[in-house]
Amino acid sequence: MEKINHRSADPASREMLVVAGRAGLETAWDRLESQQPQCGFGSLGICCRHCFMGPCRIDPFGGGAQEGICGATAETIVARNLLRNICSGAAAHSDHARDVVHALSLAAAGTSEAYRIRGPRKLRKLAEEYGVAHEGRGDGDVARDVARLLLAEFGRQEGVLVNTRRAPEQQQKNWAAQSAVPRGVDREVVTGMHATNMGGDNDAEHILMVAVRTALADGWGGSMIATDVSDVLFGEPHPLRSRVNLGVLKADEVNIVVHGHEPTLSDVIVAAARDPQLLSEARAQGAKGINLAGICCTANEILMRHGVPIAGNFLQQELAVMTGVVDVMLVDIQCVFPALARLQGCFHTKVISTSAKARFPGAVHIEFHEEQALEIAKKIVRAAIENFPRRDPAKINIPKQEEPLVAGFTTEVIFEMLGGRYRPSFRPLNDAIQTGRLRGVAGVVGCNNPKMTQDASHLAMVQELIRNDVLVVQTGCSAIACAKRSLLSPEAAAKSAGRGLDEICRAVGIPPVLHVGSCVDNSRILTACAEMVKEGGIGDSFDKLPVAGAAPEWMSEKAIAIGMYFVASGIFVVIGQSLPVQGSRRVVELLTNDFEKSFGATWAFEPDPIRAAHLMIDHIDRKRAEVGLPPPMYPVPYPAKTAEALAAAS
Amino acid sequence: MKRIVADPLKCLACRTCELACAVAHAESEDLVQALAAGARPRVSVEAAGQMAVPLQCRHCDDAPCVQVCPTAALSRACGQSPVLVDQGRCIGCEFCVQVCPFGVIHLAADRKVIVKCDLCVARLAQGLAPACVASCPVGALAFAEIQEDATRRRRQTAIRLAGGE
Repeated sequence: MEKINHRSADPASREMLVVAGRAGLETAWDRLESQQPQCGFGSLGICCRHCFMGPCRIDPFGGGAQEGICGATAETIVARNLLRNICSGAAAHSDHARDVVHALSLAAAGTSEAYRIRGPRKLRKLAEEYGVAHEGRGDGDVARDVARLLLAEFGRQEGVLVNTRRAPEQQQKNWAAQSAVPRGVDREVVTGMHATNMGGDNDAEHILMVAVRTALADGWGGSMIATDVSDVLFGEPHPLRSRVNLGVLKADEVNIVVHGHEPTLSDVIVAAARDPQLLSEARAQGAKGINLAGICCTANEILMRHGVPIAGNFLQQELAVMTGVVDVMLVDIQCVFPALARLQGCFHTKVISTSAKARFPGAVHIEFHEEQALEIAKKIVRAAIENFPRRDPAKINIPKQEEPLVAGFTTEVIFEMLGGRYRPSFRPLNDAIQTGRLRGVAGVVGCNNPKMTQDASHLAMVQELIRNDVLVVQTGCSAIACAKRSLLSPEAAAKSAGRGLDEICRAVGIPPVLHVGSCVDNSRILTACAEMVKEGGIGDSFDKLPVAGAAPEWMSEKAIAIGMYFVASGIFVVIGQSLPVQGSRRVVELLTNDFEKSFGATWAFEPDPIRAAHLMIDHIDRKRAEVGLPPPMYPVPYPAKTAEALAAAS
Repeated sequence: MKRIVADPLKCLACRTCELACAVAHAESEDLVQALAAGARPRVSVEAAGQMAVPLQCRHCDDAPCVQVCPTAALSRACGQSPVLVDQGRCIGCEFCVQVCPFGVIHLAADRKVIVKCDLCVARLAQGLAPACVASCPVGALAFAEIQEDATRRRRQTAIRLAGGE
């Protein structure tokens, strides 16, 4: 039991781990064990496989080789590897964005029954920004022109990404000074791959600036386009209630769990699951209905817009199948374990892969094409219905945990929630920060990682932040982790927030922890910060705002890209395990120190979530003082603890 | 006595044993912190043509290093216990380095005293295998009784010669 408690902080996961143990089923945690010891050269970042004179690695003890065969030093190798990670992360978000824009083109043409313009307000806003005439024109017409211009952002050969103009002047200047203003989305990924090719860029500092530019092409490019266009296509989210954790799976209904990242199919599945014909087919098979639930960010996308419940986060994907009641697990791409398909040998669950970009041997592949979206969605729902009678009652274990949550917050919603529908404004938020009722804002995002107790770091960090009157915004699996502990419900304010934050939450009726969406929706945090700057009074650029970011349990290359675009945008970011850069003191120094001069922010690595939270709070307090804001309005409910004080005490 | 046995057919030259050895002999259990504190491995993976062999002190029964040490810094507690170095006594004369038939004794980073494999005596006391053995991801290292191993092979040979399986 101790071992299981160490693996996860989530009671539902723990219950399923007992089930897995009893049945002798392997999970990511077991595979982590069998991977021990993990390669130190890899974790230090000093292994190079970019050409085949190698592989090469640097002796971290100094006695052996200090250069690769080509002469690359540890700092070159470490920096190049980080750039490649960021290329992959940025590519994932941006390729997802491309598909969403493609769906927008279909909606514009009016040829798709699955896609239509559900966020006309946002469409008009984009039209303004991208210089598309929209007065007196229909949504379809405008969408066609906007989609064409957005698609051009991916292959842009001249100029810079239009969205970078959303950033404050200071950030744009910082990027320009480092030649890090992102040009085409695809171009930055290609240039990054080119620069890291054998015999390319070997100046660590310059390589990191290329990494910054690539990451910015994600944050202000790919990710931001994905968020904007998803809002246009699937509708702008508004606060709504839903439920979370494995308890949302139903014993007497057909359960379809969507897992992965792209909303283009999952959003249509929502419609298909409500189809009267399919509902009657489900009833004919003895099911009471069709229950849709999700895992990871495709879940967050349909939670934000339709209130579809969440079955769990990243480390619960295998556990969901082990409940024995998932009739179809529909996967698209990103964060999907290859191990899932093998679980089909033990459970009736049908794993259906759908992305043309990701196949899973053993899974049924029903390839998704936006052009036939609804037809394909119905086919998948029907497969689930047909699979329902094949459940093995002896293998059913549904944990009862199911918590209420509120999601659906966006930059636009903050305008309305705080300013009112008739006078939407960021003023009240800035006022709260100016008076010190609110100390600052923190983004806590990112993955689960079996190296750390599932959810434990997210929970500890977020609770510490809100206790100190820091409003927390969340995305991805981090949001799901906190939702499972009821931190995303308005009641959490009275229970866990500091007095100042509690007052604001009560006045406005919001939770102290705001779910702003999927991992591409981290771009909402950028646009929200831009609005805070525009509203004025708390700093005229990102690096002056009392804000900070964190990814305590990160594991994905996408998280590296996200962290880098936040840091390069002037926002301090602390992550749990270190980036794979410790093999080069110079690179560590650049990221955690010298970046301050270039971008007004740095990275920090701190696996202890409380210490990490204190690094964020200290940073917020420093920023408050620098801008001349008063100290927090209410004395903190405990003597101020700094990381140093904690270290001294322990 | 039990010795560390390497299987060159299995070793992939990943040098994980070197990292684990350095960390096992450092204050911190964290690789990054151990490196910062100047940790050094006592095992080294050496290339042998297409093969690689992890090498560390054999803790020889009749150890030339012990015999040659002028300050008795190198010694063993009793008959078959590991050959250990008392760094307080070591004067860094490198006689032991000179006589070691396997070349597995080196000077420390500060070049004032020698460092060598201590067979992870601290880990053995806790019932753990030496760090290099425990860390090997492919099982190329074993901590085994050489005689037992020889006995096993002798029996296998006998069976093979007798034409059995």
